[in-house]
Order: sequence, then C-alpha cells, then structure tokens
Amino acid sequence: MDGTLPKREDAAGIAEPVLEVEDLHTVFLTDAGPVRAVDGVSFSVGPGETLGIVGESGSGKSVTALSLMRLLEEPARIIGGTVRFQGRDVLAMSGAELRDWRGDRAAMVFQDPMTGLNPVVRILRQVTEHMVSHGRQTPAKARVRAVELLRRMGVAAPERAAASFPHQFSGGMRQRVMLAIGVANDPVLLIADEPTTALDVTVQAQILDLLRNLNAEFGTAIILISHDLGVIGTVCRRVAVMYAGEVVEEAETGAVLTDPRHPYSWALVNAVPRLDSPAGARLTSIEGAPPDALNPPPACRFVARCPFAISRCGQEHPPLMEVAPGRRARCWVTADGRPLPPPPVAAEAAAREPEPDAPPLLEATGLVKHFPGARSSFFGPRAVVHAVNGVDLRLIRGESLGVVGESGCGKSTLARLVTRLHEPTAGSLRFEGRDITHASPAEMRPLRPRLQMVFQDPYASLNPRMRVRDILAEPLMAHGRAANRAEADRRVLELMGTVGLKPEWAARFPHEFSGGQRQRISIARALALDPALVVADEPVSALDVNVQAQVLNLMLDLRQRLGLSYLFIAHDLAVVRAFCDRVAVMYLGRIMEEGPAVALFARPLHPYTVALTSAVPEPGRERVILGGEPPSTLKLPTGCVFRGRCPIARPVCEERPPLAEVEAGRRVACHFPGEFAPLREMRN
Amino acid sequence: MSASTVPPLAIPPAMPVQRPRWRRRLRRYGPAWLGGGVVLLWILIAILAPWISPFPPDAQDVVNRLQPPGATHWLGTDVLGRDVFSRLLHGARLSLLAGFTVVLLGAAIGTTVGIVAAWARGFWDEALMRLTDLVLCFPPIILALAIAAGLGIGTQNTILAMLVVWWPKFARLGRALALVQRGQEYVEAATVLGLKPSRILGRHVLPNTLGPLAVLVTLDLGNAILTFAGLSFLGLGVVPPTPEWGSMVAEGRELVEQWWIAAFPGLAILTVVVGFNFCGDGLRDWLDPRARSR
Repeated sequence: MDGTLPKREDAAGIAEPVLEVEDLHTVFLTDAGPVRAVDGVSFSVGPGETLGIVGESGSGKSVTALSLMRLLEEPARIIGGTVRFQGRDVLAMSGAELRDWRGDRAAMVFQDPMTGLNPVVRILRQVTEHMVSHGRQTPAKARVRAVELLRRMGVAAPERAAASFPHQFSGGMRQRVMLAIGVANDPVLLIADEPTTALDVTVQAQILDLLRNLNAEFGTAIILISHDLGVIGTVCRRVAVMYAGEVVEEAETGAVLTDPRHPYSWALVNAVPRLDSPAGARLTSIEGAPPDALNPPPACRFVARCPFAISRCGQEHPPLMEVAPGRRARCWVTADGRPLPPPPVAAEAAAREPEPDAPPLLEATGLVKHFPGARSSFFGPRAVVHAVNGVDLRLIRGESLGVVGESGCGKSTLARLVTRLHEPTAGSLRFEGRDITHASPAEMRPLRPRLQMVFQDPYASLNPRMRVRDILAEPLMAHGRAANRAEADRRVLELMGTVGLKPEWAARFPHEFSGGQRQRISIARALALDPALVVADEPVSALDVNVQAQVLNLMLDLRQRLGLSYLFIAHDLAVVRAFCDRVAVMYLGRIMEEGPAVALFARPLHPYTVALTSAVPEPGRERVILGGEPPSTLKLPTGCVFRGRCPIARPVCEERPPLAEVEAGRRVACHFPGEFAPLREMRN
Repeated sequence: MSASTVPPLAIPPAMPVQRPRWRRRLRRYGPAWLGGGVVLLWILIAILAPWISPFPPDAQDVVNRLQPPGATHWLGTDVLGRDVFSRLLHGARLSLLAGFTVVLLGAAIGTTVGIVAAWARGFWDEALMRLTDLVLCFPPIILALAIAAGLGIGTQNTILAMLVVWWPKFARLGRALALVQRGQEYVEAATVLGLKPSRILGRHVLPNTLGPLAVLVTLDLGNAILTFAGLSFLGLGVVPPTPEWGSMVAEGRELVEQWWIAAFPGLAILTVVVGFNFCGDGLRDWLDPRARSR
C-alpha cells in the first residue's frame, strides 16, 4: 500500500482536516474512581485520508471511536479535549445537531454484523431509512439508490437481498449491508470499529477491499480500528498505535511495520507470525500486562514491560515527539531518531524427527459426523448437518498437525470427534493402536489421561466456582495420580510452575485472571495427567497478539520438554505455519490438501489453499479474492465441494476428486493440483 | 463537556461523580433488605413462640370469648376464648415449617429429576419430562386437594400432597439450567479429563445452577406458605386445635363483627409472602452480573 495514494496526500496538505482531535480525555466513572480509558489522544484526518488505530484490548481504541461519535453513555464521560469535524465542535453539539450529523456526514460501522441490523425490518428499509430521514433522498429515489449501493458492496442479487430479512444473510453479507448503510449518505468520514474481526479470512479480504475502494473512488476518509496491524496495513496509509489510553506512535503504516519506533509497536509487529517469516522461530513476546487504568504510572506507561527501558523512562512521562520526518513516538529511547533493533532470532529449534515407521498415535479413517438439524415441517424429515464428511488423519508421536479452515468447515467438530466428546457417525478412529470409534464413556475413561484437550474460550473453559488449585487437583485425584490432597497440591504447584503461573495464585478463582493466564491454566489442566496427545481447538484465537505469542511459545516449549503431540485447530494460517509440522486444510468437512507446513504455504497446490493464503492480511500480498461464501452444510454440493467457488472449475469437477498423494508427503483433493498458482508468482 | 482547557489529570469539579454507592444500593436492594427483615423476624418468632407468647395457644377461656383487642389479649380472643396473639405466634411455626419443607424437598427432588433428564437425554429425558408435564396439567391446588383428601387430614399428608404438585417446576428449571451447563466448555473439559458423570454433575453442573435455583426457591417460599394456608383454610392442613394461620382465618370467616379473628392471621400471611417475594427479587438482581454492575 505504500505510496499508492499520492494525490490524497497532496490534497490533505492544503485542505482543512475532516476530523481534528485534540487532547481527548474519556473516563469511566466506577466505584473505585475514574478509569482513564482515553487519556490525551490527539490526531487529525484530512479529506480522503485513511487512519488506522491499533492496540490490544483495553487500550482505549474503541472508546476513542465512540467518543468521536459522542456515542458513550454513563458511566463513561468525556472530560476534556476537543473534537472538531470540518471545523464544528462535536463536543458542543446538541442532541438534535448530533442526530443530524451522525449517519449523514460521519458514519460508523461496528464489529458485530450479527447484532448491528434490526432483525424484524427488511434490508431495504434499513438502508433507505436514514437517507430519507436526513432528507437526502425521496423514498422512491432512496430505494433505487439502496439497491445500487447493495450491488456496489458486492451483495449478490441485490433486488432480492433488499427484500430479505437480516437472518437470511451470513455475517459477511450483513457486514456489506452495514457498509452500504454507512456510506448511503456519502459521508465525509467513515469510522469502522473492528469491521472484520468476526469474519473469516476470505470474507475479511473482500470487506477490506471494499473499504479500500470506497476510499479510492469516493474519497471517503476512513478511520479503521483493529487489533491486527496486518488488517490496518492493507487499508490505511497512516496508523496510530494506542497503549493504555495514549497514542504511543503515529506514522505511515509501512514505516511502523518495517521500522517501529515505539517498543510497544515493536512488540505488536514482531508478536505476529507471518506467512513469510522463517519457520520454527519462536515468536517475540513481551511479559507483563498493561498498567492499571485507575492509577496509571506517572512515568512512561510501558516502562514495566519495555525490553529497551533506560533510567529516564521510569522518571519522566514522555510526550509524543517527532522522531523522524512525519512520524511521532512517545518514547525516550527513540527520541533522538534512532531505530529499535530487530528482535533476537531464537536458535532454530532442534530438528524434530518423528520416526515415520513407528505406529501412529492417532489414526482416523473416513471419519464422518452428521448432526440432526431442524425438521422442515412437523411431519417432514429432519435436515442433516454434514459437519465432517470423511476425514483421514494420521498423527505420529511427537508430531504436531495443524487443521485450518474457515468457520463452519467442521474443524471444531473434528476436534470433538478425536477426543470422543462426539461419537462418529461413520469411519474409524484409533488412538495408540486401540479402536475408540464407538468406545463407551466408561471405556474411554482410562484412556482420557493420554488424550487431552485445550479449548478455545479461556473465559468458558474453566469452572467459575472452583479455585485454580481445585481445578488442577481434580484430574489428579480422580485418576488416582495423587495419593492424598497434600501430594496433589505439590503436583499442582509444579504444574503451575511449568506453565509460568505464580504459586501464590493457586487460591484464586478464574475470574481474577486475564485471558492469557486462563489459557495457561487450561494448558496446565491438560498437562496434569501426562498426555501423549493434546488437541487444541483454537487455543489462541481469543487472545491479543502479544498474549497469543506468549501462549504459543509456551506450547512449543512444552512440546520439546515433554515430547507432546498436538492436533492444533486454528483459522489463522500464519499461526499454524509457525506452530505445526504438517497442515491439513479443511473445507466443508473434507480435507482439501495436506502436507508439510512450510512447503504447503510456500507452494499451495489446491486452489482453495491458494485463495486462503492470499487472503491473509499482510501488506504487499497479492490477492486472489474468492467470490461467494462456503455453501450450506445442510446440502453438500455433488462432486468437488469447492467447485462452486473455484476459479478453475471444469466439468470434470462434478466428479469428486480423491485425496491423492501428488508428491512425497503431499496429498491434494483436486483434479488439477498446482494448476492455479498464486498470482504473485504468475506475475513475476 | 464544553471545558476545553481542562488539566489533563484532574476531573473538573463541575462534573458530578457518580451518585454515591450506598444510595444506588439502597434504591436497588432496599425492598430486599426490608423483606429479609420481615422474614427473619417471623423465623425468630416461630423459634421463640413458646417463650414469648403470653398464653398457651390452646388454653380455652369461654368466659372471655370473642373479646376485641385490648390490654390483656392484644389481638383479642376467638370463639373458644383462645388468645389470638398467642395462636398467631405459634401458627408461624407450622406455616414456615410447611413452607420450607415443601419448597426445599420439592426443589431437591425436582432439580435432581431435571438434571438427570438433561444429562441422560433420549428416553429418560422424554419419560421424566412427560411425567412433569402430566403433573403440571392439573391446577396445583385442586390436585393437592384431591391427594390430601385421599390421604386424610393432617399436616404430614398435606405436605406430602403439596410435594407431589411442587417438584415439576423445579424439574423444568433444573433441566433448562443443566442443558445450558452441558454445552459449557468446562463441562466438556471435565469429560475430556475422564471424570465420572456423578462428579461432573456434582462438582461442575450443580454448583453453577444454584444461583437461579436459589432465586426460585426464595420466591416460591411465600407461594408455598400461601398454598398451605389455603389448604388449611379448606380444612385439610391441620387437625383442629393446632394453631395455623389458614385455619384461623377459616374460623373467623363468618364472624364479620369480630374482624380480628380472621384479619390478623391474614395479615401475617400477607407479610410473610411479600417478605419472601422482596427477598427473591433482590436475590435475582444481585445474582445478575449485568444488573449488578450498573
């Protein structure tokens, strides 16, 4: 994206800024005192400019957006600063003026497309509503324009879509409708708060392209808020990095990505694995947690976690200083214009050599799971949800196998089949040589210690009414691994040490921990019984990037120290590539492609894998935008399940391609493996 | 929101801070504390009745029958010259005892049935839930009346009859709560850890259903006391000389001139029921984290 919009830059230089924020302060009034959510934020956005705001959860980025639109309610309150929109003081506007302004000159798109639309009003009404109420269009003209907008946002069959209700749409489609509503009155400024976080990568890529086009074609200024620097990098020219309620760095996005000048941006940039980073390297993570927003430290707020801190950092609060032409950072270390060193490259992990001749730890053949769906009518037959439709897997001891795919591809069901939380509908499943396909719960119980699981949601996977000590001691006592409570307690402290939790936290309840710490408890619980295989279902997808790096590093460590095998389910390709030896790509309950992680992502052979890898929001990546969305699992397509979206589908694809070995160690379910190459390679 | 020259680290004095915590709490939990106080008072009275009542509850004094409230007999006397105040205090014992017994036993039975149904699914779920539907088809008072009449008059039989109609609502709630718990990841985690179903139900499912159950139990106590009094009023609850609020109201029913005989036991029932309801409402608000944080 670097420098692709030069004309905007010129325009921004002379024209009055669309939005000027100066020294904005927003607090939440609580019993304990005011929490400083936004603490002195300043920035400006020129006409047609794109600004990204990035930061971890709790950094104040969403509160900033809500403050700009004056959408905050008690107990949140703006207590200082100015917000000027085209010269008008937003903070001084009356209720009527605000209503007039919002949705007309400035619009906002929210994170959750599922709750953003009114479920009982047809799409057309929702798109036309504020065009009419702001007096922009007559009702008749608004209807024509609404359909046109939906078409432009990439909604298939817009006339029919306009007459539908929101529940008939998928998340991606709803987000397009939200965007159509947002831009209906040609706003000067569009604020998008995590607009793609709830979406799959291929759909995310489509929405980000839409945003980019809006900016390029209509000159709409965009403020994009995200926790993902990659997402911001694909849309925004400038980025403001927020930490603990303050902007800590503001610069061109490309510059921040390659040469961050604030240690926190440095940590954000390096914590994220990239598809082209060296394989097997550990991720860079910083320890600690953000400061208490009730009493922020008087000096630099990042000093406690900063790997580069100097003595001045602990004494003086750094202002946002110009560290290089056009870039500002709030840091004493880089104040004189010096760059931060690149992250230390960890020694390459000792090559893991799983013995290929050894009997597999886990072997699944033709695994199928169908769930009963709703009846079409009272006497009608039940619909069938085809969650998993014939999956073959082999996992050797000491290996980690990644399973990637978009939501609804059946990867979580696969995890629950392998751990026998669900019983397979068909196929067979062997663990350590034993057939467990239809083992009863009682038969499974003695095997459970060897086959453990880590869950996705660190907030739901721990019993809220048990102390950490009891959570970890429970499996030990239940399987007779500890003779008495005292012995169990000793082992619990050991376990807590293994996963990096302080022993004095043993008496705490789960709600007293952060997401990352809870995930550590989950991992400790899975390790309590010395498992051979740990099935991890999206273990890091609910975590901030830095915490994600910490947890992934921990899991890598444990693998080397304890000789674990992992079945690692994820939707993030770069994470899987960094973590796994082998990867299987799933689509609609089937494996499309399987092979060694590095080779598979370097040269994907299945068109779906090509599309998936190209959709990863990394700046500079050429896109293969995949049209449409995965078909319903209620009615599987005949033949190749991907052919409806496949750019190279041919008549022969009506026949289902088998998952065949095309090269040593690489299996692909496609009639034309390797024919659809990434665009980037084709252009070179 | 207009001040533009605000020192960055101070909240301007013009901005009122949130209303004090105690005032918000009083508004939210005031009635609950009041209800709790009333209930506690009645429980104390029930326990101390033999020591604090001025007369024995069944001491007849035919000469002083139908006395209006006065200095000796604070709440007057009834047809047989018994002291209404003393009988009222003693009546609290039976009413509260019956209420607690029915609700606690009913909740225990019903919740167990509900959780087992949710856990077993399939045949047992269908069987147990259809059974609860069957009981719920009948109007509870009529069914309890029929059962109690069949078993014969007496406190135990009446409680037994009430239990039969009481457990199904707890079975329904218990099943719904357990179904929610079943889908929780920590319950899945417990299964993966290889814990026995009894332990999963006892340690993971049950404790997390107790909150909503406690609310229903509290709200229901008043209801049970009212029903028991109703059955006694109809002549089923207690054998005659035993002091009980429902039967006391029945005794004063036709004596319009001597209003105190029926009015005071009625008032006692009213305060207990309202007390428990306030308590239950407060408990529900307190257990709801969304409501609490506000």
